Amino acid sequence: MSKLYPGATGNWEAVIGLEVHAQVISESKLFSGSATAFGAEPNTQVSFVCSAQPGMLPVINQECVRQAVRTGLAMGCQINLRSVFDRKNYFYADLPQGYQISQFKDPIVGEGIVNIELEDGSNKDIGVERLHLEQDAGKSMHDQHPTMTYVDLNRSGVALMEIVSKPEMSTPEEAAEYFKKIRSLVRYAGTCDGNMDQGSMRADVNVSVRRPGEELGTRTETKNVNSIRYVMQVVESEIRRQIDVIEDGGRINQETRLFEVATGTTRTMRSKEEAHDYRYFPDPDLLPLEFSQQFVDDLAKDMPELSDAKKKRFISDLHITPYNAGVLVAEKESADYFEALLSATVEKSEKPTSELGSLVSNWVTGDLFGALNKLGIGITSSPVSISHAAELLSLQIDGTISGRIAKEVFENMLESGKSPEIIVEEKGLKQVSDTGEIEAMIDEILANNVDKVEEYRGGKSKLFGFFVGQVMQKTQGKANPQVVNQLLKPKLDD
Amino acid sequence: MSVDKETVAKIANLARIEVSDNELENTMGELNNILDWVEQLSEVNTDGIEAMTSVVAADLPLREDKITDGGYREEVIKNAPLAEHGFFAVPKVIE
Repeated sequence: MSKLYPGATGNWEAVIGLEVHAQVISESKLFSGSATAFGAEPNTQVSFVCSAQPGMLPVINQECVRQAVRTGLAMGCQINLRSVFDRKNYFYADLPQGYQISQFKDPIVGEGIVNIELEDGSNKDIGVERLHLEQDAGKSMHDQHPTMTYVDLNRSGVALMEIVSKPEMSTPEEAAEYFKKIRSLVRYAGTCDGNMDQGSMRADVNVSVRRPGEELGTRTETKNVNSIRYVMQVVESEIRRQIDVIEDGGRINQETRLFEVATGTTRTMRSKEEAHDYRYFPDPDLLPLEFSQQFVDDLAKDMPELSDAKKKRFISDLHITPYNAGVLVAEKESADYFEALLSATVEKSEKPTSELGSLVSNWVTGDLFGALNKLGIGITSSPVSISHAAELLSLQIDGTISGRIAKEVFENMLESGKSPEIIVEEKGLKQVSDTGEIEAMIDEILANNVDKVEEYRGGKSKLFGFFVGQVMQKTQGKANPQVVNQLLKPKLDD
Repeated sequence: MSVDKETVAKIANLARIEVSDNELENTMGELNNILDWVEQLSEVNTDGIEAMTSVVAADLPLREDKITDGGYREEVIKNAPLAEHGFFAVPKVIE
Protein backbone atom coordinates (compact mmCIF):
# COMPACT_ATOMS: atom_id res chain seq x y z
CA MET A 1 0.00 0.00 0.00
CA SER A 2 1.74 3.15 -1.09
CA LYS A 3 1.40 6.49 0.62
CA LEU A 4 -1.27 8.87 -0.64
CA TYR A 5 -0.83 12.58 -1.17
CA PRO A 6 -4.00 14.61 -0.72
CA GLY A 7 -4.76 17.27 -3.31
CA ALA A 8 -7.68 19.67 -3.68
CA THR A 9 -9.53 17.16 -5.86
CA GLY A 10 -8.66 13.93 -4.08
CA ASN A 11 -5.74 11.66 -3.38
CA TRP A 12 -2.66 11.10 -5.50
CA GLU A 13 0.16 8.63 -5.38
CA ALA A 14 3.72 9.13 -6.53
CA VAL A 15 5.89 6.86 -8.66
CA ILE A 16 9.62 7.34 -8.26
CA GLY A 17 12.61 5.83 -10.03
CA LEU A 18 16.29 6.60 -9.62
CA GLU A 19 19.23 6.44 -12.01
CA VAL A 20 22.35 6.40 -9.87
CA HIS A 21 25.67 7.27 -11.47
CA ALA A 22 28.55 5.78 -9.54
CA GLN A 23 32.16 6.43 -10.51
CA VAL A 24 34.12 3.17 -10.65
CA ILE A 25 37.17 2.82 -8.40
CA SER A 26 40.05 2.14 -10.80
CA GLU A 27 43.54 3.49 -11.33
CA SER A 28 43.02 4.35 -14.97
CA LYS A 29 40.10 5.27 -17.19
CA LEU A 30 37.57 2.99 -18.87
CA PHE A 31 39.09 3.15 -22.34
CA SER A 32 42.43 4.90 -21.84
CA GLY A 33 45.49 4.57 -19.64
CA SER A 34 45.30 8.02 -18.07
CA ALA A 35 44.83 8.44 -14.34
CA THR A 36 41.51 8.91 -12.54
CA ALA A 37 42.59 10.52 -9.23
CA PHE A 38 40.43 13.43 -8.12
CA GLY A 39 41.78 16.97 -7.80
CA ALA A 40 44.67 16.98 -10.28
CA GLU A 41 45.66 20.11 -12.21
CA PRO A 42 43.32 20.66 -15.18
CA ASN A 43 43.93 18.49 -18.25
CA THR A 44 46.96 16.73 -16.75
CA GLN A 45 45.21 13.35 -16.66
CA VAL A 46 44.22 13.40 -20.29
CA SER A 47 45.50 11.23 -23.12
CA PHE A 48 44.94 11.55 -26.83
CA VAL A 49 42.16 8.96 -26.40
CA CYS A 50 40.21 10.88 -23.74
CA SER A 51 40.62 14.12 -25.65
CA ALA A 52 39.29 12.34 -28.76
CA GLN A 53 42.17 13.12 -31.10
CA PRO A 54 41.61 11.69 -34.58
CA GLY A 55 42.44 8.03 -35.05
CA MET A 56 42.61 7.08 -31.39
CA LEU A 57 40.96 3.80 -30.41
CA PRO A 58 39.42 2.72 -27.10
CA VAL A 59 40.78 -0.35 -25.24
CA ILE A 60 38.69 -1.46 -22.28
CA ASN A 61 40.07 -1.62 -18.71
CA GLN A 62 39.39 -5.11 -17.31
CA GLU A 63 39.24 -3.84 -13.73
CA CYS A 64 36.25 -1.65 -14.64
CA VAL A 65 34.54 -4.76 -16.02
CA ARG A 66 35.23 -6.61 -12.75
CA GLN A 67 33.95 -3.69 -10.70
CA ALA A 68 30.68 -3.59 -12.65
CA VAL A 69 30.21 -7.34 -12.16
CA ARG A 70 30.99 -7.06 -8.43
CA THR A 71 28.43 -4.29 -8.09
CA GLY A 72 25.88 -6.41 -9.93
CA LEU A 73 26.57 -9.32 -7.60
CA ALA A 74 26.20 -7.02 -4.57
CA MET A 75 22.70 -6.11 -5.79
CA GLY A 76 21.82 -9.73 -6.49
CA CYS A 77 21.54 -8.97 -10.20
CA GLN A 78 21.72 -11.20 -13.21
CA ILE A 79 25.14 -10.85 -14.85
CA ASN A 80 25.13 -10.79 -18.63
CA LEU A 81 28.03 -12.78 -20.08
CA ARG A 82 27.74 -10.80 -23.29
CA SER A 83 27.13 -7.07 -23.48
CA VAL A 84 27.55 -4.41 -26.13
CA PHE A 85 28.90 -0.87 -26.14
CA ASP A 86 26.93 1.75 -28.00
CA ARG A 87 27.50 5.35 -28.93
CA LYS A 88 25.16 7.92 -27.44
CA ASN A 89 25.46 10.93 -29.69
CA TYR A 90 25.21 14.53 -28.53
CA PHE A 91 27.29 17.68 -28.67
CA TYR A 92 28.58 19.46 -25.63
CA ALA A 93 31.82 21.28 -24.91
CA ASP A 94 32.97 18.76 -22.30
CA LEU A 95 32.32 15.74 -24.54
CA PRO A 96 35.20 15.81 -27.02
CA GLN A 97 34.16 12.67 -28.93
CA GLY A 98 30.74 14.05 -29.76
CA TYR A 99 29.35 10.84 -28.30
CA GLN A 100 29.49 8.97 -25.02
CA ILE A 101 30.41 5.29 -25.12
CA SER A 102 27.65 3.63 -23.11
CA GLN A 103 25.59 0.45 -23.15
CA PHE A 104 22.08 0.75 -24.46
CA LYS A 105 20.40 -2.47 -25.55
CA ASP A 106 22.63 -5.07 -23.92
CA PRO A 107 24.00 -3.91 -20.55
CA ILE A 108 26.59 -5.86 -18.54
CA VAL A 109 24.22 -6.31 -15.59
CA GLY A 110 20.50 -7.09 -15.67
CA GLU A 111 17.72 -7.25 -13.13
CA GLY A 112 18.13 -7.55 -9.37
CA ILE A 113 16.59 -6.54 -6.09
CA VAL A 114 17.78 -4.44 -3.19
CA ASN A 115 16.04 -4.40 0.15
CA ILE A 116 15.55 -1.16 2.04
CA GLU A 117 14.60 -0.64 5.67
CA LEU A 118 12.23 2.18 6.51
CA GLU A 119 11.99 4.23 9.66
CA ASP A 120 8.93 2.37 10.93
CA GLY A 121 10.97 -0.84 10.86
CA SER A 122 9.28 -2.24 7.75
CA ASN A 123 11.23 -3.49 4.74
CA LYS A 124 10.62 -3.09 1.05
CA ASP A 125 12.19 -4.67 -2.02
CA ILE A 126 13.10 -2.26 -4.80
CA GLY A 127 13.80 -3.73 -8.21
CA VAL A 128 16.97 -2.88 -10.09
CA GLU A 129 16.38 -2.73 -13.83
CA ARG A 130 19.99 -2.79 -15.00
CA LEU A 131 23.53 -1.54 -14.54
CA HIS A 132 25.61 -0.44 -17.49
CA LEU A 133 29.14 0.83 -17.96
CA GLU A 134 29.76 4.18 -19.61
CA GLN A 135 32.24 7.03 -19.89
CA ASP A 136 32.02 10.12 -17.74
CA ALA A 137 32.23 13.51 -19.46
CA GLY A 138 34.72 16.30 -18.72
CA LYS A 139 33.94 19.16 -16.40
CA SER A 140 32.71 22.58 -17.54
CA MET A 141 33.29 25.61 -15.36
CA HIS A 142 31.04 28.51 -16.19
CA ASP A 143 32.01 30.94 -13.45
CA GLN A 144 35.72 31.47 -14.11
CA HIS A 145 35.48 33.93 -16.96
CA PRO A 146 32.78 36.46 -17.99
CA THR A 147 32.31 35.19 -21.53
CA MET A 148 34.07 31.83 -21.66
CA THR A 149 33.44 28.37 -20.27
CA TYR A 150 36.55 26.52 -19.10
CA VAL A 151 36.73 22.81 -19.83
CA ASP A 152 38.83 20.28 -17.90
CA LEU A 153 38.95 16.81 -19.43
CA ASN A 154 40.51 15.01 -16.43
CA ARG A 155 37.18 13.32 -15.73
CA SER A 156 36.54 12.62 -19.40
CA GLY A 157 36.52 8.86 -19.93
CA VAL A 158 36.50 7.84 -16.26
CA ALA A 159 34.31 4.74 -15.88
CA LEU A 160 30.79 5.21 -14.56
CA MET A 161 28.22 2.64 -13.56
CA GLU A 162 24.68 3.78 -14.21
CA ILE A 163 22.36 1.84 -11.93
CA VAL A 164 18.73 2.13 -12.99
CA SER A 165 15.97 1.26 -10.54
CA LYS A 166 12.49 0.15 -11.43
CA PRO A 167 9.87 2.82 -10.75
CA GLU A 168 8.96 1.11 -7.50
CA MET A 169 9.39 3.82 -4.88
CA SER A 170 6.51 5.97 -3.74
CA THR A 171 7.80 8.33 -1.04
CA PRO A 172 10.78 10.64 -0.49
CA GLU A 173 11.90 8.37 2.34
CA GLU A 174 11.94 5.29 0.09
CA ALA A 175 13.95 7.16 -2.54
CA ALA A 176 16.43 8.31 0.10
CA GLU A 177 16.75 4.84 1.64
CA TYR A 178 17.27 3.27 -1.77
CA PHE A 179 19.98 5.80 -2.64
CA LYS A 180 21.63 5.16 0.74
CA LYS A 181 21.46 1.43 0.18
CA ILE A 182 23.09 1.62 -3.25
CA ARG A 183 25.81 3.82 -1.76
CA SER A 184 26.36 1.34 1.05
CA LEU A 185 26.51 -1.60 -1.37
CA VAL A 186 29.08 -0.03 -3.70
CA ARG A 187 31.17 1.13 -0.77
CA TYR A 188 31.17 -2.30 0.88
CA ALA A 189 31.89 -3.95 -2.45
CA GLY A 190 34.75 -1.47 -2.95
CA THR A 191 33.53 -0.49 -6.41
CA CYS A 192 32.79 3.23 -5.84
CA ASP A 193 33.89 5.52 -3.02
CA GLY A 194 30.39 7.03 -2.75
CA ASN A 195 31.88 10.49 -2.28
CA MET A 196 29.09 12.82 -3.30
CA ASP A 197 31.01 16.05 -2.64
CA GLN A 198 33.51 15.08 -5.31
CA GLY A 199 30.76 13.98 -7.66
CA SER A 200 31.66 10.26 -7.47
CA MET A 201 28.01 9.53 -6.91
CA ARG A 202 24.94 11.37 -8.15
CA ALA A 203 21.36 10.54 -9.04
CA ASP A 204 18.85 11.45 -11.71
CA VAL A 205 15.46 11.44 -10.01
CA ASN A 206 12.36 10.47 -11.99
CA VAL A 207 9.02 11.43 -10.51
CA SER A 208 5.43 11.20 -11.70
CA VAL A 209 2.05 11.28 -9.95
CA ARG A 210 -1.21 9.50 -10.68
CA ARG A 211 -4.57 8.70 -9.18
CA PRO A 212 -4.21 5.57 -7.02
CA GLY A 213 -4.09 2.46 -9.15
CA GLU A 214 -4.41 4.31 -12.46
CA GLU A 215 -2.02 4.44 -15.41
CA LEU A 216 1.39 6.03 -14.95
CA GLY A 217 1.50 9.81 -15.27
CA THR A 218 4.06 11.78 -17.28
CA ARG A 219 7.40 11.88 -15.50
CA THR A 220 10.03 14.52 -15.07
CA GLU A 221 13.71 13.83 -14.62
CA THR A 222 15.79 15.97 -12.27
CA LYS A 223 19.49 15.64 -13.10
CA ASN A 224 22.65 15.36 -11.05
CA VAL A 225 21.28 15.36 -7.52
CA ASN A 226 24.27 14.82 -5.28
CA SER A 227 23.08 14.23 -1.72
CA ILE A 228 20.57 12.03 0.03
CA ARG A 229 18.81 15.04 1.49
CA TYR A 230 18.54 16.68 -1.94
CA VAL A 231 16.99 13.51 -3.37
CA MET A 232 14.26 13.77 -0.72
CA GLN A 233 13.74 17.47 -1.47
CA VAL A 234 13.50 16.85 -5.21
CA VAL A 235 10.91 14.12 -4.71
CA GLU A 236 8.89 16.17 -2.24
CA SER A 237 8.84 19.32 -4.34
CA GLU A 238 8.13 17.49 -7.60
CA ILE A 239 5.19 15.59 -6.12
CA ARG A 240 3.73 18.84 -4.80
CA ARG A 241 4.39 20.77 -8.00
CA GLN A 242 2.95 18.11 -10.28
CA ILE A 243 -0.22 17.73 -8.22
CA ASP A 244 -0.70 21.51 -8.28
CA VAL A 245 -0.15 21.73 -12.04
CA ILE A 246 -2.59 18.93 -12.82
CA GLU A 247 -5.24 20.14 -10.39
CA ASP A 248 -5.02 23.60 -11.95
CA GLY A 249 -5.92 22.00 -15.26
CA GLY A 250 -2.36 21.94 -16.61
CA ARG A 251 -0.27 19.15 -18.06
CA ILE A 252 3.11 17.77 -16.99
CA ASN A 253 5.74 18.02 -19.71
CA GLN A 254 8.17 15.17 -19.99
CA GLU A 255 11.27 17.25 -19.37
CA THR A 256 14.62 17.50 -17.66
CA ARG A 257 14.72 19.66 -14.56
CA LEU A 258 17.43 21.12 -12.37
CA PHE A 259 17.53 21.11 -8.58
CA GLU A 260 18.14 24.45 -6.93
CA VAL A 261 19.82 24.01 -3.59
CA ALA A 262 18.90 27.51 -2.39
CA THR A 263 15.15 26.98 -2.66
CA GLY A 264 15.00 23.18 -2.34
CA THR A 265 12.87 23.07 -5.49
CA THR A 266 13.36 22.18 -9.15
CA ARG A 267 13.14 24.33 -12.25
CA THR A 268 12.92 23.46 -15.89
CA MET A 269 16.16 23.43 -17.84
CA ARG A 270 15.99 25.75 -20.79
CA SER A 271 14.87 23.07 -23.20
CA LYS A 272 16.58 22.90 -26.53
CA GLU A 273 14.50 23.22 -29.64
CA GLU A 274 15.33 19.66 -30.61
CA ALA A 275 14.21 17.02 -28.20
CA HIS A 276 17.06 14.70 -27.24
CA ASP A 277 17.68 12.25 -29.99
CA TYR A 278 20.79 10.28 -29.11
CA ARG A 279 20.82 8.03 -32.19
CA TYR A 280 22.36 5.10 -30.32
CA PHE A 281 24.21 2.55 -32.39
CA PRO A 282 26.80 -0.16 -31.58
CA ASP A 283 30.27 1.37 -31.32
CA PRO A 284 32.21 0.03 -34.33
CA ASP A 285 35.48 0.51 -32.39
CA LEU A 286 34.53 -2.07 -29.76
CA LEU A 287 33.66 -5.73 -30.06
CA PRO A 288 30.99 -7.09 -27.71
CA LEU A 289 32.23 -7.64 -24.16
CA GLU A 290 32.18 -11.35 -23.40
CA PHE A 291 33.34 -13.34 -20.38
CA SER A 292 32.72 -16.78 -18.87
CA GLN A 293 30.54 -17.84 -15.97
CA GLN A 294 33.80 -18.93 -14.33
CA PHE A 295 34.96 -15.30 -14.39
CA VAL A 296 31.77 -14.28 -12.59
CA ASP A 297 32.00 -17.17 -10.10
CA ASP A 298 35.58 -16.26 -9.22
CA LEU A 299 34.55 -12.68 -8.50
CA ALA A 300 31.59 -13.92 -6.45
CA LYS A 301 33.91 -16.02 -4.30
CA ASP A 302 36.00 -12.98 -3.41
CA MET A 303 33.11 -10.67 -2.56
CA PRO A 304 33.45 -9.02 0.86
CA GLU A 305 30.69 -9.32 3.44
CA LEU A 306 28.00 -6.71 2.69
CA SER A 307 26.09 -4.62 5.20
CA ASP A 308 22.96 -6.79 5.50
CA ALA A 309 24.95 -9.96 6.18
CA LYS A 310 27.21 -8.10 8.56
CA LYS A 311 24.28 -6.73 10.50
CA LYS A 312 22.76 -10.20 10.82
CA ARG A 313 26.06 -11.62 12.04
CA PHE A 314 26.54 -8.81 14.56
CA ILE A 315 23.12 -9.54 16.04
CA SER A 316 23.28 -13.35 16.07
CA ASP A 317 26.95 -14.04 16.81
CA LEU A 318 28.00 -10.99 18.78
CA HIS A 319 24.72 -10.38 20.65
CA ILE A 320 24.60 -6.74 19.62
CA THR A 321 21.24 -4.97 19.69
CA PRO A 322 19.64 -4.56 16.25
CA TYR A 323 19.77 -0.79 16.72
CA ASN A 324 23.49 -0.73 17.45
CA ALA A 325 24.15 -3.19 14.64
CA GLY A 326 22.28 -0.91 12.24
CA VAL A 327 24.30 2.11 13.35
CA LEU A 328 27.58 0.24 13.00
CA VAL A 329 26.99 -1.12 9.50
CA ALA A 330 25.53 2.12 8.09
CA GLU A 331 29.00 3.31 7.14
CA LYS A 332 31.66 0.82 6.13
CA GLU A 333 34.32 2.73 8.09
CA SER A 334 32.31 2.40 11.31
CA ALA A 335 31.89 -1.33 10.85
CA ASP A 336 35.60 -1.68 10.03
CA TYR A 337 36.60 0.32 13.13
CA PHE A 338 34.26 -1.71 15.33
CA GLU A 339 35.53 -5.05 14.05
CA ALA A 340 39.16 -4.03 14.36
CA LEU A 341 38.55 -2.77 17.89
CA LEU A 342 36.65 -5.90 18.85
CA SER A 343 39.45 -8.19 17.76
CA ALA A 344 42.08 -5.97 19.40
CA THR A 345 40.07 -6.03 22.63
CA VAL A 346 39.65 -9.80 22.44
CA GLU A 347 43.38 -10.18 22.05
CA LYS A 348 44.20 -7.81 24.87
CA SER A 349 41.62 -8.99 27.40
CA GLU A 350 41.71 -12.69 26.41
CA LYS A 351 37.94 -12.89 26.68
CA PRO A 352 35.82 -14.60 23.99
CA THR A 353 34.44 -12.46 21.15
CA SER A 354 30.83 -13.28 21.94
CA GLU A 355 31.20 -11.81 25.44
CA LEU A 356 32.70 -8.55 24.28
CA GLY A 357 30.52 -7.65 21.28
CA SER A 358 27.91 -5.85 23.29
CA LEU A 359 30.37 -3.87 25.44
CA VAL A 360 32.51 -2.80 22.48
CA SER A 361 29.48 -1.88 20.35
CA ASN A 362 28.02 0.21 23.16
CA TRP A 363 31.30 2.01 23.60
CA VAL A 364 31.72 2.70 19.86
CA THR A 365 28.14 3.85 19.22
CA GLY A 366 27.86 5.71 22.54
CA ASP A 367 31.10 7.15 23.91
CA LEU A 368 33.14 7.28 20.72
CA PHE A 369 30.42 8.46 18.30
CA GLY A 370 29.27 11.01 20.90
CA ALA A 371 32.77 12.44 21.15
CA LEU A 372 33.31 12.42 17.37
CA ASN A 373 29.98 14.19 16.86
CA LYS A 374 30.98 16.90 19.31
CA LEU A 375 34.28 17.32 17.50
CA GLY A 376 32.48 17.29 14.16
CA ILE A 377 34.78 14.66 12.65
CA GLY A 378 34.30 11.25 11.09
CA ILE A 379 35.52 7.92 12.37
CA THR A 380 38.46 7.79 9.97
CA SER A 381 39.95 10.85 11.66
CA SER A 382 39.24 9.58 15.17
CA PRO A 383 41.84 10.94 17.61
CA VAL A 384 41.65 7.65 19.52
CA SER A 385 43.53 4.80 17.87
CA ILE A 386 42.24 1.22 17.84
CA SER A 387 45.04 0.08 20.15
CA HIS A 388 44.37 2.82 22.71
CA ALA A 389 40.65 2.11 22.63
CA ALA A 390 41.26 -1.61 23.12
CA GLU A 391 43.54 -0.80 26.04
CA LEU A 392 40.86 1.34 27.63
CA LEU A 393 38.16 -1.30 27.26
CA SER A 394 40.50 -4.00 28.58
CA LEU A 395 41.28 -1.94 31.67
CA GLN A 396 37.55 -1.80 32.28
CA ILE A 397 37.02 -5.49 31.53
CA ASP A 398 39.75 -6.72 33.87
CA GLY A 399 38.47 -4.46 36.64
CA THR A 400 41.46 -2.12 36.76
CA ILE A 401 39.10 0.81 36.36
CA SER A 402 35.34 1.20 36.73
CA GLY A 403 32.99 2.20 33.93
CA ARG A 404 32.75 5.69 35.36
CA ILE A 405 36.50 6.14 35.53
CA ALA A 406 36.74 4.76 31.99
CA LYS A 407 34.66 7.71 30.76
CA GLU A 408 36.99 10.09 32.58
CA VAL A 409 40.06 8.42 31.09
CA PHE A 410 38.44 8.59 27.64
CA GLU A 411 37.94 12.36 27.97
CA ASN A 412 41.57 12.66 28.86
CA MET A 413 42.62 10.49 25.92
CA LEU A 414 40.74 12.76 23.52
CA GLU A 415 42.58 15.78 24.85
CA SER A 416 46.05 14.41 25.42
CA GLY A 417 46.27 11.53 22.95
CA LYS A 418 48.01 9.56 25.69
CA SER A 419 47.58 5.85 26.22
CA PRO A 420 44.93 4.99 28.82
CA GLU A 421 47.37 2.87 30.82
CA ILE A 422 49.63 5.87 31.23
CA ILE A 423 46.71 8.14 32.16
CA VAL A 424 45.48 5.66 34.78
CA GLU A 425 49.01 5.35 36.15
CA GLU A 426 49.74 9.08 36.20
CA LYS A 427 46.45 10.06 37.78
CA GLY A 428 46.28 7.10 40.15
CA LEU A 429 42.87 6.03 38.86
CA LYS A 430 43.25 2.31 39.45
CA GLN A 431 40.15 0.77 40.85
CA VAL A 432 40.41 -0.37 44.46
CA SER A 433 39.40 -4.02 44.58
CA ASP A 434 41.42 -4.87 47.65
CA THR A 435 38.73 -6.26 49.94
CA GLY A 436 40.67 -5.48 53.10
CA GLU A 437 41.05 -1.84 52.18
CA ILE A 438 37.42 -1.44 51.20
CA GLU A 439 36.20 -3.32 54.25
CA ALA A 440 38.13 -0.97 56.52
CA MET A 441 36.55 1.98 54.74
CA ILE A 442 33.07 0.54 55.10
CA ASP A 443 33.58 -0.06 58.81
CA GLU A 444 34.65 3.52 59.24
CA ILE A 445 31.67 4.87 57.29
CA LEU A 446 29.19 2.73 59.21
CA ALA A 447 30.72 3.89 62.48
CA ASN A 448 30.40 7.53 61.45
CA ASN A 449 26.80 7.20 60.33
CA VAL A 450 25.15 5.21 63.09
CA ASP A 451 21.84 7.05 62.64
CA LYS A 452 21.64 6.18 58.93
CA VAL A 453 22.52 2.57 59.70
CA GLU A 454 19.62 2.44 62.16
CA GLU A 455 17.22 3.94 59.60
CA TYR A 456 18.36 1.37 57.01
CA ARG A 457 17.86 -1.49 59.38
CA GLY A 458 14.49 -0.01 60.26
CA GLY A 459 13.39 -0.63 56.65
CA LYS A 460 14.66 2.39 54.67
CA SER A 461 16.51 0.16 52.23
CA LYS A 462 16.98 2.99 49.73
CA LEU A 463 19.80 4.20 51.96
CA PHE A 464 21.97 1.42 50.56
CA GLY A 465 22.91 3.75 47.75
CA PHE A 466 23.99 6.38 50.22
CA PHE A 467 26.56 4.02 51.74
CA VAL A 468 27.87 3.01 48.33
CA GLY A 469 28.16 6.69 47.50
CA GLN A 470 30.18 7.31 50.63
CA VAL A 471 32.66 4.62 49.71
CA MET A 472 32.94 6.03 46.19
CA GLN A 473 33.49 9.51 47.53
CA LYS A 474 36.25 8.29 49.79
CA THR A 475 38.01 6.58 46.91
CA GLN A 476 37.24 9.26 44.27
CA GLY A 477 35.18 6.71 42.41
CA LYS A 478 37.93 4.15 42.29
CA ALA A 479 36.35 1.48 44.48
CA ASN A 480 35.19 -1.54 42.54
CA PRO A 481 31.40 -1.22 42.85
CA GLN A 482 30.84 -4.97 42.82
CA VAL A 483 33.28 -5.51 45.68
CA VAL A 484 31.64 -2.64 47.60
CA ASN A 485 28.20 -4.19 47.18
CA GLN A 486 29.40 -7.62 48.20
CA LEU A 487 31.05 -6.34 51.37
CA LEU A 488 28.48 -3.74 52.34
CA LYS A 489 25.36 -5.88 52.15
CA PRO A 490 26.21 -8.43 54.87
CA LYS A 491 27.55 -5.72 57.16
CA LEU A 492 24.37 -3.65 56.97
CA ASP A 493 22.09 -6.65 57.22
CA ASP A 494 23.87 -7.95 60.31
CA MET B 1 12.65 3.24 -46.39
CA SER B 2 13.19 6.80 -47.47
CA VAL B 3 13.71 10.21 -45.92
CA ASP B 4 11.97 13.50 -46.65
CA LYS B 5 13.47 16.98 -46.65
CA GLU B 6 12.41 17.64 -43.10
CA THR B 7 14.16 14.52 -41.84
CA VAL B 8 17.32 15.43 -43.73
CA ALA B 9 17.27 18.88 -42.14
CA LYS B 10 16.81 17.32 -38.72
CA ILE B 11 19.64 14.82 -39.16
CA ALA B 12 21.93 17.57 -40.44
CA ASN B 13 21.14 19.68 -37.41
CA LEU B 14 21.73 16.79 -34.98
CA ALA B 15 25.07 16.11 -36.64
CA ARG B 16 25.89 19.85 -36.65
CA ILE B 17 26.43 19.80 -40.40
CA GLU B 18 25.27 22.86 -42.29
CA VAL B 19 23.04 21.96 -45.20
CA SER B 20 21.53 24.98 -46.89
CA ASP B 21 17.95 24.95 -48.19
CA ASN B 22 18.98 24.58 -51.83
CA GLU B 23 21.29 21.68 -50.91
CA LEU B 24 18.49 19.85 -49.11
CA GLU B 25 16.81 18.49 -52.22
CA ASN B 26 20.04 17.09 -53.60
CA THR B 27 21.15 15.62 -50.24
CA MET B 28 17.76 13.98 -49.80
CA GLY B 29 18.11 12.34 -53.20
CA GLU B 30 21.61 11.06 -52.41
CA LEU B 31 20.54 9.67 -49.05
CA ASN B 32 17.51 7.94 -50.56
CA ASN B 33 19.71 6.38 -53.23
CA ILE B 34 21.93 4.94 -50.51
CA LEU B 35 18.92 3.72 -48.54
CA ASP B 36 17.46 2.06 -51.62
CA TRP B 37 20.72 0.32 -52.29
CA VAL B 38 21.02 -0.95 -48.70
CA GLU B 39 17.38 -1.99 -48.91
CA GLN B 40 18.43 -4.87 -51.17
CA LEU B 41 19.72 -6.61 -48.05
CA SER B 42 16.15 -7.13 -46.88
CA GLU B 43 15.71 -9.63 -49.70
CA VAL B 44 17.88 -12.03 -47.71
CA ASN B 45 16.12 -14.01 -45.00
CA THR B 46 18.07 -13.39 -41.77
CA ASP B 47 15.61 -14.97 -39.32
CA GLY B 48 17.44 -16.53 -36.41
CA ILE B 49 20.84 -15.30 -37.55
CA GLU B 50 22.83 -13.37 -34.98
CA ALA B 51 24.01 -9.91 -35.89
CA MET B 52 27.60 -9.90 -37.08
CA THR B 53 29.81 -7.55 -35.10
CA SER B 54 33.11 -8.14 -36.80
CA VAL B 55 34.39 -9.65 -40.01
CA VAL B 56 37.19 -11.43 -38.12
CA ALA B 57 36.70 -13.87 -35.27
CA ALA B 58 38.26 -11.85 -32.49
CA ASP B 59 37.62 -11.19 -28.82
CA LEU B 60 37.49 -7.75 -27.28
CA PRO B 61 41.00 -7.10 -26.01
CA LEU B 62 41.19 -6.11 -22.33
CA ARG B 63 43.81 -3.88 -20.72
CA GLU B 64 45.28 -4.09 -17.27
CA ASP B 65 44.32 -1.32 -14.88
CA LYS B 66 47.58 0.63 -15.06
CA ILE B 67 48.33 4.29 -15.61
CA THR B 68 50.17 4.30 -18.90
CA ASP B 69 49.06 7.52 -20.55
CA GLY B 70 48.28 11.19 -19.98
CA GLY B 71 50.41 13.80 -18.27
CA TYR B 72 51.13 15.83 -21.40
CA ARG B 73 48.76 18.76 -21.07
CA GLU B 74 50.62 21.06 -23.45
CA GLU B 75 50.25 18.56 -26.28
CA VAL B 76 46.60 17.90 -25.49
CA ILE B 77 45.62 21.57 -25.61
CA LYS B 78 48.06 22.51 -28.36
CA ASN B 79 45.43 22.51 -31.12
CA ALA B 80 42.69 24.15 -29.10
CA PRO B 81 41.53 27.42 -30.68
CA LEU B 82 41.80 28.93 -27.22
CA ALA B 83 43.22 27.65 -23.95
CA GLU B 84 43.62 29.55 -20.68
CA HIS B 85 45.22 28.48 -17.40
CA GLY B 86 45.48 24.92 -18.69
CA PHE B 87 41.77 24.71 -19.53
CA PHE B 88 40.15 24.56 -22.93
CA ALA B 89 38.29 27.85 -23.24
CA VAL B 90 35.07 27.84 -25.24
CA PRO B 91 32.26 30.36 -25.72
CA LYS B 92 30.11 30.32 -22.60
CA VAL B 93 27.61 27.44 -22.57
CA ILE B 94 25.03 27.29 -19.83
CA GLU B 95 21.93 25.15 -19.98
